[in-house]
Amino acid sequence: MTVNAPGRRLDSFDVLEFLARYGTLIALGLLIVFNIVFTRNFATLQTLNVNLTQVCTIVIVATGMTLVIATGGIDLSVGSIMAISGALAPLIFLSPVFGDNIALGVAIAMVAAISAATLCGLFNGWLVAQFRIQPIVATLVLFIAGRGIAQAMTNSNLQVFRVPEFQWIGLGRPFGLPVQVLLMVTLVVVTAWLLRRSRFGRSVLATGGNERAAELAGIAVKRTKLAVYAISGFCAGIAGLVVIAINSASDANLVGLGMELDAIAAVAVGGTLLVGGRATIMGTLTGALTIQLVRYTLLANGVPDAAAMIVKAAIIAVAVWLQQQRRV
Amino acid sequence: MVGGPALARGTSMADGLLLSMRGIDKRFAGIPALTDASLEVEPGEVHALIGQNGAGKSTMIKVLTGYHRRDDGDVAFDGKPFEVSSPQQAQAGGISTIYQEINLVPLRSVTENICLGRETRRMGLLDWRAMHAEAERLLGRFRVKVDVRRPLMDFSTATQQMVAIARAIGFSARLVIMDEPTSSLDEQEVAVLFNVIRQLRADGVSVIFVSHKLDELYEVCDRVTIMRDGRTVRTARMTEISKLELVSQMLGRDVAKTEGQTTSFSRPAQASDGEVVLEGRSLAAGQSVHDVSFRLRRGEIASFAGLLGAGRTETARLIFGADHPRAGGLSLDGKGFTPAHPRDAIAAGFGFVSEDRKLEGIVPEMSVAENMTLALLPRISRNGVVDEKRQREVVNHFIKELGIKCSGPGQRIRELSGGNQQKVLLARWLAMDPKLLILDEPTRGIDVGAKGEIQRLIRSLADSGLTVLMISSELEEVAEGADRVFVLREGRTVAEFAGDEISEDRILAAMAQGHITHEDPTR
Repeated sequence: MTVNAPGRRLDSFDVLEFLARYGTLIALGLLIVFNIVFTRNFATLQTLNVNLTQVCTIVIVATGMTLVIATGGIDLSVGSIMAISGALAPLIFLSPVFGDNIALGVAIAMVAAISAATLCGLFNGWLVAQFRIQPIVATLVLFIAGRGIAQAMTNSNLQVFRVPEFQWIGLGRPFGLPVQVLLMVTLVVVTAWLLRRSRFGRSVLATGGNERAAELAGIAVKRTKLAVYAISGFCAGIAGLVVIAINSASDANLVGLGMELDAIAAVAVGGTLLVGGRATIMGTLTGALTIQLVRYTLLANGVPDAAAMIVKAAIIAVAVWLQQQRRV
Repeated sequence: MVGGPALARGTSMADGLLLSMRGIDKRFAGIPALTDASLEVEPGEVHALIGQNGAGKSTMIKVLTGYHRRDDGDVAFDGKPFEVSSPQQAQAGGISTIYQEINLVPLRSVTENICLGRETRRMGLLDWRAMHAEAERLLGRFRVKVDVRRPLMDFSTATQQMVAIARAIGFSARLVIMDEPTSSLDEQEVAVLFNVIRQLRADGVSVIFVSHKLDELYEVCDRVTIMRDGRTVRTARMTEISKLELVSQMLGRDVAKTEGQTTSFSRPAQASDGEVVLEGRSLAAGQSVHDVSFRLRRGEIASFAGLLGAGRTETARLIFGADHPRAGGLSLDGKGFTPAHPRDAIAAGFGFVSEDRKLEGIVPEMSVAENMTLALLPRISRNGVVDEKRQREVVNHFIKELGIKCSGPGQRIRELSGGNQQKVLLARWLAMDPKLLILDEPTRGIDVGAKGEIQRLIRSLADSGLTVLMISSELEEVAEGADRVFVLREGRTVAEFAGDEISEDRILAAMAQGHITHEDPTR
């Protein structure tokens, strides 16, 4: 439908549209400029590394989350799945079975932990696709049970380790770049490409945009849902490993705690439609970086963490509000 | 009638009417939904309100119950002007509505549902004993005996409906509006409901009864108001109007009038005798398909005609594998065909443009190109990657061929007009080079120009060998466009016409009466 709105209205609409599309990117740019001017030692490689390392796991998880949200779903269980993956891996590579062949142990541990995480995701997808359970409820199951499982596996013990072969995933620096940053970039690029160019990406967006229409056009809606939750589990699995590698320890109570909210916030601020049908991985990346940088900026300038959280919430509120303006 | 303030306001007192709505106008965003509509209900009568989709029945009811504010017109209830701004106020004023989806609280007891909002109190506490007695008394009037202490959800839909009615009566309703109350009831339950309605009438309560089932109207209603395109076209006693008249007034077709061509369809004089592509035998499913049979032939436009709720769309969904029959079967090219999912139907070469473009057709956030190639995806992707070049070729071809007006393949489909959206959806299936195309209300909500284009397109597709199944509520579209017409009535195929046998009169007669004989004086 064409709207013959008078010029002024049209202009103000365009401003909102522009802000909704590029607002996050502009905010990110402003933050960087602000920090270069006001924050001491900001423009250093070390600061960059600190920020990237901290934001990595959020971006990795948020990438999977973006796909889930693109189908009109949500995944609350990612934090708990990280805990499962983080609990399982040390159990395997610390086991005496591998003796001096630690490389084999680490390889098996990684594959097993990520597979377990993917299976958890598949379980979420199964609940959502097969039984039509609301995603927020379906993933609440593993949100609660997942951390319990992780604690049961480790008897709630802290697992401490010093295994450089494993910790490479969190501490390694090929070409001077942290491994997890490379991982993050790879995941982001691959997923962005999937969403934009692949048949799977189309299915995801069609499912989220209009499930009934997608079904009638022959799209495999159920399989698509299974896949996005599995991918979300997969991403959470990787993130779990990165976290414990950095910490040299795995605590089932803490790994991935609150991650679901950070990831959802990144997706929302990035401009992905929370009701599904429109998604941007690059937006999610920008969103996560912005939230991270806001926090860093406030902390680096002496604002306490509690206040930083409130600012974070305000940013999310503004971002979602901007999105709604665009929807009209 | 003696003068006084009531005189100044209309003449409803003098007519002895319970409800009088006159000259009602209502526009939504400038588009008229009601134009000079009227509705008059006498005390103690069951009044049928009928009309096609979009005729304005629901708007009329919503204006009456204060859900919508009318733009113009007068409403008088019980001789006094009736001004309410919410259904709650209407209820307090004596007008209760019972909706299709019953608006009760399933987890609470029958008593609570009946007495909610007008609880009996004694010394500040709820007097449960009095309330249970009241609930039993109200239900007893309809000879319904249930344990009123049990939660409502323990009972059948029919009983829940009784509870809704008892609740309405409890609010001392003088007028009860029932919106398609029988749509989810079986025959026996319908009989019970009708007894309740007759009981209400005997007690002096009036009922407005909205339904599409003609037989029911004649069974229980005293008078009928027929609406079309937002206007009231006729009010009559049920004994004075035949089914055929009723249906033709509802659809706006004058049976006696000689027809001129009003659509862009042209039909070859001779019905083709192409081989049967798809056959349906005694299909049954859900509450609305009971016994539907048909044969669709190659190169033919076949059509399902029927009133709302006749089971047309439901049958189409069975063919397309979106729903599954509980009895009967399909055969495709002489072999059994049981699609489990739309994918199976698509693989067999079917396409389905559904009735509701917004709900089941377009993916609003996606582009014209993405919408058009949604079904085609498996064929234009290699190893899971969409071949953008092939997509561009296909999309450009159809944009040109069908004259789709858009700024380009990348434009969001929700920004297009209804007619252009419909063309994109047609292209979605034409790109598949289908064998059978099912079109459910292909020209609904589309401007006249695009309508003609789409009708001509459908004809030329059939002429080139495609089998088309067209469902339309517009009688002239069916009568002028189809080579073969199957008339559905309350879930059953009641007639089949081909070629020159097809006429609006015959279709109307079959829709109204369920058999083919012309004007039956005994009805």
